[in-house]
Amino acid sequence: MEASTTTAAGTRAVPELGTARRRWGEDVIKALLVLAALISVLTTTGIVIALLRETIDFFGSVGVWDFLSGGKWTPLFEPGSFGVRPLVVGTFLITAIALVVAAPLGLGAAIYLSEYARPRVRKTIKPVLELLAGVPTIVFGYFALTYFTPNILQDLLHLEVNIFNALSAGIIMGFMIIPTVASVAEDAMSAVPHSLREGAYGLGASKLQVSLRVVLPAALSGIVAAIVLGVSRAVGETMIVLLASGQVASNSVDPREPHFSLASFIGSTAGGDTPTGSIEYKTIFAVGMLLFVITLVMNLISIRFVRRYRQVYE
Amino acid sequence: MSAHGQVVGSAKRSRRAKDLGFRLLLLACIGLSILLLGMLLLDVVGDGAGHLNADFISSFTSISADKAGVQAALWGTIWLMAVCALFIVPVGVATAIYLEEYADSERWYNRLIEVNIQNLAAVPSVVYGILGLAFLVRGPLALGSTILAGGLTLGLLVLPVVIIAGREAIRAVPPSIREGSLALGATQWQTIRRQVLPAAVPGIATGVILALSRAIGETAPLIVVGAATVIAFNPSGLDSDFTALPIQIYDWISRASNDVNNYKPLAAAAILLLMIILVLMNSVAIWLRNRYEQKW
Repeated sequence: MEASTTTAAGTRAVPELGTARRRWGEDVIKALLVLAALISVLTTTGIVIALLRETIDFFGSVGVWDFLSGGKWTPLFEPGSFGVRPLVVGTFLITAIALVVAAPLGLGAAIYLSEYARPRVRKTIKPVLELLAGVPTIVFGYFALTYFTPNILQDLLHLEVNIFNALSAGIIMGFMIIPTVASVAEDAMSAVPHSLREGAYGLGASKLQVSLRVVLPAALSGIVAAIVLGVSRAVGETMIVLLASGQVASNSVDPREPHFSLASFIGSTAGGDTPTGSIEYKTIFAVGMLLFVITLVMNLISIRFVRRYRQVYE
Repeated sequence: MSAHGQVVGSAKRSRRAKDLGFRLLLLACIGLSILLLGMLLLDVVGDGAGHLNADFISSFTSISADKAGVQAALWGTIWLMAVCALFIVPVGVATAIYLEEYADSERWYNRLIEVNIQNLAAVPSVVYGILGLAFLVRGPLALGSTILAGGLTLGLLVLPVVIIAGREAIRAVPPSIREGSLALGATQWQTIRRQVLPAAVPGIATGVILALSRAIGETAPLIVVGAATVIAFNPSGLDSDFTALPIQIYDWISRASNDVNNYKPLAAAAILLLMIILVLMNSVAIWLRNRYEQKW
């Protein structure tokens, strides 16, 4: 400021710009926006605090080791038994079935969309596939229980399944997560540079070879991310399991039998009338904590893998 | 020479056959997914279409299956969506504006907010129900199992969807628009308010509709929050007890599987109604996107 007035001295005065007037309104608006952004942080904090508080309380009356390693889950009986293993077994059994369906079908769809489909075909198929992701889970549950189990599993395939069974819930859940797996995997495959494909074609590779031996390995971290994300969605799914897989805490790994999962236990037990402070109430939070930790770890793994393929190619 | 040519020829043929087989296999993956979707839709329409009529929509739930309807559930859902929208639009858009226009993404706290939103998007919905139960229904706010508690729980659940869509819409507005406005002497907020936001509205609106269409079908968090299953009155306000379409569907399916009464067509009809609302919402979103999409 000083310098400009001295050089201008003698000729015409340069307009005095000065420092801009501080606009308080702008600051207030920025503060409001920050507050809004903090709500999402508060949500996470709220989830952790809510779960932690009651879970610590729960472990005041049930040993941590008894909870994590016990094989008998009868929390609503007197005296209750709080071994969470049956719920974990049920959760991962159903998730495994879902994965057997969703991994090959989702990856197949992704390879087709990324490598084979012409732009116009892609533009029609993608929204149809995404419709699957838009169907409410309760509708999948209805379909699994009232159509898929009796008409497909029992009548068409002649399987000796209970009307409530893990197989039906798992298969339908697999279809539910196909769009998730397919879309993340397709993003990863589309991010593989064209020069890699062209190099392989130049050496005489066929489209099949390029897809399976060049694109697939190059997009591997993204594909892992897609599958982990699918698993995390399956682990947290409540309604399909609650409706189609019944509500029996079982250590068996027979998919023809009914099974409980972590999420479906919460759904079946929590309701408006569970008294605060009762062991039932605390059980919901302890199981919720376990579910939250499992899905959080999977999401962090998935985010890390996605970041890796972005770093390599972009 | 000719034998050699034959070998090459047959290798080529088998390669081509393999290629074709692989292509068909991939198509089968997509075909199977679409087939299941088709089966699901046909099943629901077949079970429920006969029951979906004006009486069904205007009646309350009832002990006898042939008189039962969804009026209370439908109004409950409408109320929930209104609360949810009133929460997610200001909070979601403000968060998106902050992250895109103000936040310096090198700072640790802004990175924390971003990672946090990514994680929230993948937290199981039933866990949001637990959050609602502990803090909204009981605990510090003690709202009870009301419309307000249910709507806010759903709002928190779908907030990341709005934030992510809002950020994309705001990012798509080219920097030259901002620079032009700032060069003419507008403040940062004036620029956002009069230039960036109007250009980003279609994208934001699409995101909000998609978020609501996710919220409308959510069942698990409402069960945990304590939505009632049998209610024969419409919500009268924010502090009213409520039921909602997915809850009503869940109740009817449970009854149907106990063979108490013939509740299966009722569940199917309510599902059909829910799916029709979903299709309408998505059509509006697609229409908005196509009608107002701006190419810069």
